[in-house]
Amino acid sequence: MAIDTQTVIKIASLSRLKIDEDKVEATKDEFNKIINWVEQLSEVDTDGVEPMFAVNDTQLACREDIVVEGNQADKILKNAPIAEYDYFVVPKVVE
Amino acid sequence: MILEGKTGNWEIVCGLEIHCQIISKSKIFSSASTNFGCDANQNVSFVDVAMPGMLPTLNMECVNQAVKTGLGLRAQINKYSVFSRKNYFYADLPQGYQITQFEYPIVGEGIVSIDLEDGSTKDIRIERMHIEQDTGKSLHDMSPTKSFIDFNRAGVGLMEIVTRPDFSSSEEAGAFLKKLRSILRYLGTCDGNMDEGSMRCDASVSVRKVGETGFRPRAEIKNVNSVKFVMQAIDAEAKRQIEVYENGEEFEQETRQFDPVSGQTKFMRKKEFAHDYRYFPEPDLPPLVLSDEYIEEIKNQLPELPDAKKARFIETMGLTKYDAMVICENKETAEFFEKAANGHDGKKVANWLMGDFFAMLNRKNLTIDNSPVSAENLGKLVDLIEKNIISGKIAKDVFEIMSETGEDPEKIVEEKGLKQVTDTSAIEAIVDMVIANNLDNVTAFRNGKTNLKGWFVGQVIKESKGKANPQIVNELLDKKL
Repeated sequence: MAIDTQTVIKIASLSRLKIDEDKVEATKDEFNKIINWVEQLSEVDTDGVEPMFAVNDTQLACREDIVVEGNQADKILKNAPIAEYDYFVVPKVVE
Repeated sequence: MILEGKTGNWEIVCGLEIHCQIISKSKIFSSASTNFGCDANQNVSFVDVAMPGMLPTLNMECVNQAVKTGLGLRAQINKYSVFSRKNYFYADLPQGYQITQFEYPIVGEGIVSIDLEDGSTKDIRIERMHIEQDTGKSLHDMSPTKSFIDFNRAGVGLMEIVTRPDFSSSEEAGAFLKKLRSILRYLGTCDGNMDEGSMRCDASVSVRKVGETGFRPRAEIKNVNSVKFVMQAIDAEAKRQIEVYENGEEFEQETRQFDPVSGQTKFMRKKEFAHDYRYFPEPDLPPLVLSDEYIEEIKNQLPELPDAKKARFIETMGLTKYDAMVICENKETAEFFEKAANGHDGKKVANWLMGDFFAMLNRKNLTIDNSPVSAENLGKLVDLIEKNIISGKIAKDVFEIMSETGEDPEKIVEEKGLKQVTDTSAIEAIVDMVIANNLDNVTAFRNGKTNLKGWFVGQVIKESKGKANPQIVNELLDKKL
């Protein structure tokens, strides 16, 4: 599997990362190095092996349905770049 | 349903995806409240806004509710399910990904039977149902340049139900949404209020020539917020696609939006701009494993569902299919009916309920929960008619009084002296009087104008102020005329 420059640009855009045009080629090479290294895993024969979703067998710990948090808009908004009327404020986003 | 076009007959192929907010006190992965309509960002924990280091912990109640819903959809419950991250960037999603389920949903294939207007039923196949977290809510109309975000909704549990493309008309899709809402409300797992956004619907619509077996490209209509709009959107979109094909144009898969003002769908984006979600297993949550005993325990908590109730009402209470369908759509109505019909004639109680009773609620703009006429009193009223204590006509007057005062009908009949006169000699006196005062009509009747009989009955009942038993009046008139 090889990554081309188009894919680099697409992934950067999906991740909201800015990559300068003159860095695209170098990023592509780095990408390919990493992927080729991970590709070694495909040498292992996994036919008939179920996918593994967790490395340890721990049972999922659950929570009881109780409300213990809230009424802390001031703390929640403390790190917001802009907050008005207890809302987070962002540049207009309309899809 | 067949749609006629210029080039031949077309049919609709439609599937639905419905997001249903889970009823729980706290959110699916945090312990903030799920209350609707609170001040902005008050029901928010640090998990919901993805503060560094915060980890999700699954709310077991959301799992209970999902399993309950799955059983209500007669679906396979998967004992092993996996949470995944669905990655996309949007201002109402602070994590940058939504925790959802992808390859291994908690609920598999199921069936919902829908009731159609012609009295028939159709089985709609459920493909799957998974659980996930809701996003925050953006307000775009508070400023021309800024969007305001409220995270009270972020992290509320959602069940996403996906159907097979089994709908061939907007009527079927509408009937499904009503049935699904009814099942969810019976189960108490989602309140089903589309106008508050606790149930939201996406419709996938395509058309094909009658006889074609494959599927043509589809349009996905996003976030339609009422049953009526879903139906309008399907019809408008199908018509539009047929026109596209018949104009010789091609149609590619795309995402559209329904505009309630024009009743039309609007273009949003092409398939090539579809999101690339890069799903992968959620590393913060191990797989969810359920035991047979657990599923059995939830099964034992299930209430009687609309279809079972309907069948029972038809079988044991003498209701018609239509009566049972109307009464069972709403859990509160079904419970009211059952209480009212207890010990009385079910079919007659149903007639009163669906006639005068519903009309009264409508007129007074009340719901069944705050009806002035109690279920017990409605049952008693039907009994008074059945036992010939009052006539059907007087019963209407008694019902009027009941809906004003909420009084017991037996008490009203007693106090106002409305009891039907069944004493033959008292009625006989009135019959004699009516005959004596209308000798010309008596002659006309005897000369063959037999339809005057009804007029005589009317006169006698009127003279008795409505209290004479019509059957006795008839018998006496037959004898005397």
